[in-house]
Amino acid sequence: MRQPSLAALFSVFFRLGCTSFGGGLTGWIQREVVEKHAWMTAEEFYAGVALCQVLPGGNNVNLCLYIGLQLRGTPGLITTGFGMLAPPFVIIVLMGIAYSHGAGPVWLTTALAGLAACGVGIMLETGVKAVRRLSGAGPILVAAATFAAIGVLHWPLVPVVAVVVPASLALSWVQSRRRA
Amino acid sequence: MDLPRIWDLVQVFAPLSLVSFGGGQSVFSEMQRQMVDVHHWMSNAEYVDLFAISRAAPGPGTLIAALLGWKLAGWAGAIASILALYVPSSVLAYAAGLWWRHHRGSPMLTIVQNALMPVAVGLIFAGALSLIEASHAGWLQLLTTAITCLVVVRRLMSPYLLMLIAALLYGVLGAAGGLSPGG
Repeated sequence: MRQPSLAALFSVFFRLGCTSFGGGLTGWIQREVVEKHAWMTAEEFYAGVALCQVLPGGNNVNLCLYIGLQLRGTPGLITTGFGMLAPPFVIIVLMGIAYSHGAGPVWLTTALAGLAACGVGIMLETGVKAVRRLSGAGPILVAAATFAAIGVLHWPLVPVVAVVVPASLALSWVQSRRRA
Repeated sequence: MDLPRIWDLVQVFAPLSLVSFGGGQSVFSEMQRQMVDVHHWMSNAEYVDLFAISRAAPGPGTLIAALLGWKLAGWAGAIASILALYVPSSVLAYAAGLWWRHHRGSPMLTIVQNALMPVAVGLIFAGALSLIEASHAGWLQLLTTAITCLVVVRRLMSPYLLMLIAALLYGVLGAAGGLSPGG
């Protein structure tokens, strides 16, 4: 893995902060950090995704801090956090100011809905790529159970994770013993 | 600067920071309750408008706190609100990340990483589904999402070019009245 410069980290996360319309930020981050720049392995990235969802706070805020910290320590965390959050912070308030002078035209609203639909597609890509890396029935079952409990049944995250993570840990431990 | 109002905002958002397990969406309804029902700082319709703006803006959804803060106390309110919402959870994430970084490459952490991977997969699909539900996506949005996913998985086209095409198409359809906003 290559270690990025702080300037490179800033430029990537600044761009992500400006362009990530309509959610799906996890997908955009994965594209840049794992695929395009290979700063992190897929395993490190997806572990970070799970870790950041379990911790309180915005998932993608936590994720960008995690990546900055793992890659460049505390200065990296400050760089990715400020880079990804400062631009949309300014943009969202400017949008609020513009809106207080009257709602935007309909075409703008629908164009943003189109961007949001693309964003969900990018997010799905990140899931699809990760599914391909799961080997064996056990991990696939864990992924399916997690999706069903939280996505479909809308069960609360904390108890679901408290059951699913230990089960997955046991599986992972058994697999590592078998390989050894 | 309306300091008492800014202090009120901090008192609303700081506790939410540490209970937002599973991401920002878990505290959106509590934010609404605090803004509208508890403090009567805005009407429900005003909150819904600001929520819609935050969905349309880039960046994480939790930035709605900046918008709510701005509405009540200007730029200083926006900065205070977002710091109150982000700093406590970020300090915790920092501590967890330092521990993680310290054990990077150890056999134990490799096992933990492999165990977290399938959980992350389930959470990502659940997150995508909740985005689809929240946007009340119709068939056109679902088709756009599916095409985007296919295009990027197969590397058929730059996603940025695809987004430009989608924005133009949706914009034209919206202007022509063929698409209702948010529908």
